[in-house]
Amino acid sequence: MKQREVVIIGAGPGGLCAAQKLLEGGAKVCLIDRNASLGGQLIKQTHKFFGSEKQYASKRGIDIMEILISSLTQYGDQLEIMTETSVVGMYSDKVIACVKKDKFFKIQAQSIILATGASEKSIPFENNDLPGVYAAGAVQTLMNEYGVKPGDNVLMVGSGNIGLIVSYQLMQAGINVKALVEAAPSISGYLVHASKIRRLGVDILTNTSVKRAIGSEQVKQVEIWDLDPTWQGIEGSERILDVDTICISVGLAPLTELLQQLGAEVRYIKELGGNVPVIDKRYETTVKGVYACGDVVGIEEASSAMVEGKITGLNALEDLGYDIRASRLEMKALHEELKFLRDGPHAAKVRAGYLKRGMLT
Amino acid sequence: MRIKEHPILNFKAKDQVSFSFNGKTLYGVKGDTIASALHANGVKKLSESIHLKRPRGFYCAIGNCASCNMVVDGKPNTRTCITPLEEGMVVENQHGKGRV
Ligand SMILES: Cc1cc2nc3c(=O)[nH]c(=O)nc-3n(C[C@H](O)[C@H](O)[C@H](O)COP(=O)(O)OP(=O)(O)OC[C@H]3O[C@@H](n4cnc5c(N)ncnc54)[C@H](O)[C@@H]3O)c2cc1C
Ligand code: FES
Repeated sequence: MKQREVVIIGAGPGGLCAAQKLLEGGAKVCLIDRNASLGGQLIKQTHKFFGSEKQYASKRGIDIMEILISSLTQYGDQLEIMTETSVVGMYSDKVIACVKKDKFFKIQAQSIILATGASEKSIPFENNDLPGVYAAGAVQTLMNEYGVKPGDNVLMVGSGNIGLIVSYQLMQAGINVKALVEAAPSISGYLVHASKIRRLGVDILTNTSVKRAIGSEQVKQVEIWDLDPTWQGIEGSERILDVDTICISVGLAPLTELLQQLGAEVRYIKELGGNVPVIDKRYETTVKGVYACGDVVGIEEASSAMVEGKITGLNALEDLGYDIRASRLEMKALHEELKFLRDGPHAAKVRAGYLKRGMLT
Repeated sequence: MRIKEHPILNFKAKDQVSFSFNGKTLYGVKGDTIASALHANGVKKLSESIHLKRPRGFYCAIGNCASCNMVVDGKPNTRTCITPLEEGMVVENQHGKGRV
């Protein structure tokens, strides 16, 4: 079995920033991702980011990704990168089971940082399994990473920032967005994003949802209907739109399964996206030497994933016996930064989640 | 269905990669995954549900949901959304759970 000092699972902004701190401090890092390239969600984000200056606000996700990846190249053998490698199991003695192509192997780690991010949720409606019903992030990957159109006419479901941003990006790629439906009475994402797509002629229909997708081999049409205040469909309000793609953007769920296999405690906190690991202020889980950061500890943003990654990396470094006294001030600043990112009305949900977690100072 | 013009991204012409899909020769480009190449060729149905044989396309595109599982070079349950396309690959729709 391979022996490694620190294994980081997931090379999104969280994992990449954790790696950076560990490498700076002198630890040997093994970075694993099931994708062929590094970057996680950032790889498809062509829009300029919100957040703070320090976390590269107003830069595009794809450019932030380049900065993070290039900061790791100087470390040579100190960093081992395993792409196209899926972690399929974790054991309480910190043994990690991996599959790369058709090879299965195990790694014994001293420390593990889980930065697996999240998966997109779906909603129930008739025929929601037809080809042409895609998660919004998946559509974004297809368009922005591979340059392929998901279809010609799209219905977007969900008015969070992802739904709004992906609608705009669909239009940038020359694809028609027929409408955006939102079950709630109001738009849930930032108004700037909503106004942008409204100006381009997209109807944002609140109190509206999908009744069914129509088609046999793939989506040909969609039937939408109005919802009453209890979110029940109103008979007689149905109308049919000609679309070949239904894009679902109804939130994300943290990918905590691996932590559960390992025996780390998880807890249901709705505001953070569902089952999330129990962690302390140092981002250590209930299993010693196993840490988690980024969307997997609670659905937030790339900016907070980066800060959490750095905090986690420094703590893991300390627990491995490295001297991090020189980083005390940095650590303090990172916690301040997180506080700043979680301030303001747009972060109310995250704050409520962290309050439940007992981690709001 | 490739994007030709884009205000931010630059999709330069890339080298072609040929592969077979259910016995037919199709072309993708360098950098494609199997699923993106199929989609660019208008192929949306990738797998079938196990019991009712309902058509399935991709859903998550991050290797998490198994909706894109296909038989690739004889190997079933290959997640085509995260598997890079390679010259000469033999790709087939998967029926049922697949056997190794
Ligand atoms: C459309 C959209 C717009 C957004 N806009 C903004 C914005 O403006 N500002 C902002 O700050 N944030 C934004 N975000 C959010 C941000 O992208 C995420 O919060 C961030 O990427 C989370 O980082 P992460 O490192 O936790 O996870 P991810 O970026 O999701 O990375 C997780 C990585 O783990 C890998 N992985 C998962 N499971 C395994 C496994 N079993 N084995 C191996 N590898 C695995 C995945 O392949 C992936 O690369 C946006 C997100 C989307 C989808
Ligand atoms: S589309 Fe979900 S695993 Fe490939």
